[in-house]
Amino acid sequence: MLKAENLLYSYDNGVKKVDTVLDNLNLNIKKGEFVAVLGHNGCGKSTLAKHFNGLLLPLGGDVYVQGINTKDEEMLWTIRRQVGMVFQNPDNQIVANVVEEDVAFAPENLGIPSAEIRKRVDDALKTVDMYRYRKHAPHLLSGGQKQRVAIAGAIAMRPECIVMDEPTAMLDPMGRAEVMETILKLKAQENMTVVLITHYMDEAAMADRVVVMDDGHIVVDDTPRNVFSQVELLKSLGLDVPQVTELAYSLNKEGFDVNYDVLTVTECADAIMDYVRSIKSGN
Amino acid sequence: MLKDITLGQYFPIDSFLHRLDPRTKILIFILDIVAIFMAQTVESYVVLILFTFLVMLISKVPVKMYFKGLKPILYIIVFTALLNLFLTQGEDLPIFGYSVGITVEGAIVAAKMATRLVLLIIGSSALTYTTSPMALTDGIEKLLKPLSKIGFPTHELAMMMSIAIKFIPTLIEETDKIIKAQQARGASFDTGSIFKRAKALIPMLVPLFISAFRRADELAIAMESRCYTGGDGRTRLKEIKFTHKDLAATICFLMFFACVIFLDFIF
Repeated sequence: MLKAENLLYSYDNGVKKVDTVLDNLNLNIKKGEFVAVLGHNGCGKSTLAKHFNGLLLPLGGDVYVQGINTKDEEMLWTIRRQVGMVFQNPDNQIVANVVEEDVAFAPENLGIPSAEIRKRVDDALKTVDMYRYRKHAPHLLSGGQKQRVAIAGAIAMRPECIVMDEPTAMLDPMGRAEVMETILKLKAQENMTVVLITHYMDEAAMADRVVVMDDGHIVVDDTPRNVFSQVELLKSLGLDVPQVTELAYSLNKEGFDVNYDVLTVTECADAIMDYVRSIKSGN
Repeated sequence: MLKDITLGQYFPIDSFLHRLDPRTKILIFILDIVAIFMAQTVESYVVLILFTFLVMLISKVPVKMYFKGLKPILYIIVFTALLNLFLTQGEDLPIFGYSVGITVEGAIVAAKMATRLVLLIIGSSALTYTTSPMALTDGIEKLLKPLSKIGFPTHELAMMMSIAIKFIPTLIEETDKIIKAQQARGASFDTGSIFKRAKALIPMLVPLFISAFRRADELAIAMESRCYTGGDGRTRLKEIKFTHKDLAATICFLMFFACVIFLDFIF
């Protein structure tokens, strides 16, 4: 679905070439996968995201979307139609001043007849559960609602894949929960391929696969469970682990033999209970 | 405080006027302005006032809203009326037997000017109350379409207008935030001489502009990601169409228009 081969990129600030942002990066994302990309600020996450729909072109190596090379200029719009993008600030990606008109923006650009646009807009708004607000002005909605409108705007193109660049970074906890719920729904119902770039470990824990980046490389690429159990490695990269993992890990370090291979509250509680039981039966 | 500003003044209800093609409304409005400035006789003014009343009635927008629209320019109306009243040369018009410098011609011109201004404002309010900013820019784009043949960027103009309108509330909110942030650090925007105050605006305007440029950049990337390639080959969610309703409205207006011409030039 999405493939990066020996991807190389650096920003040119006009004076001199700055450090390489992406350095020989290889990544292959399969259809229907939900991949979370983690990494501290400036590790090249957003730059990577912009390669997936041809906003940036590789300086070295290649990026393929459904087998099409993003360097192929004639196929650029085919690629963009297949990869929906959602960005951090919802205010700066909403174009129109009525919700439904904004969701219609992409299909309008694709030259789809108006009856079909209507259908796509309604479907997209229902998927993100914003259909009730279709006549509202976007600036009067909450952050989470705005971001859901932005997601609807992307899925109205009927893309194969959706790439989100820290969509929850500017939202309150409630808005974040709304957006995560929408992402999980998209994956479950539409079998959408999702690439989620995030700072929140709890969000990454919900993914099928976690990719940890550092200095333009991929350091770890595995299931959330296998990634988050490497607590020391993540900490050395300036990253956190989910709160429950952190708790179990700290207990473990203090000499309590608690299994810290946990991602959810229930799992953590079970692990602690197991430990307590083992002590009880041991005594 | 700045958040309360209503935008484009669109009044979202459903009426005959709301459902008209924005092009029809724009053209009628332009011709209405022409008629207002052509009208000379009392009879033609009566016709125009009648027309305006009719528009107010079928727009279903509360009359109160129209008066609200008039309020900000009330002083201008009163001021021009007074100027005309006293400064027009002509036959003296005594009030209760005393000459106060008012002339017959002055009174007529003042009345005409005031009526004209009021009719103009109500006409433009009727247009913006019944047409959403999106429909308005769409209408303007379609009306200017012939100009694109000689290279005039009609689509770009309309897109710029609608984006500008969309970002007004966002930028107002941002201004509010910046003002508060600067005030928290001791800046003062409402004391001192006019020059001092103007100077105090600089630390507010600079961050505002920088953030606006950044927003523009992000918006451009977001639009490109959504396959925006300009006006060519673009379809619309709501295609604007000229229907029999528009025909009826146009005919109705042209009758009023003909009345004004007839009363002024032939009668």
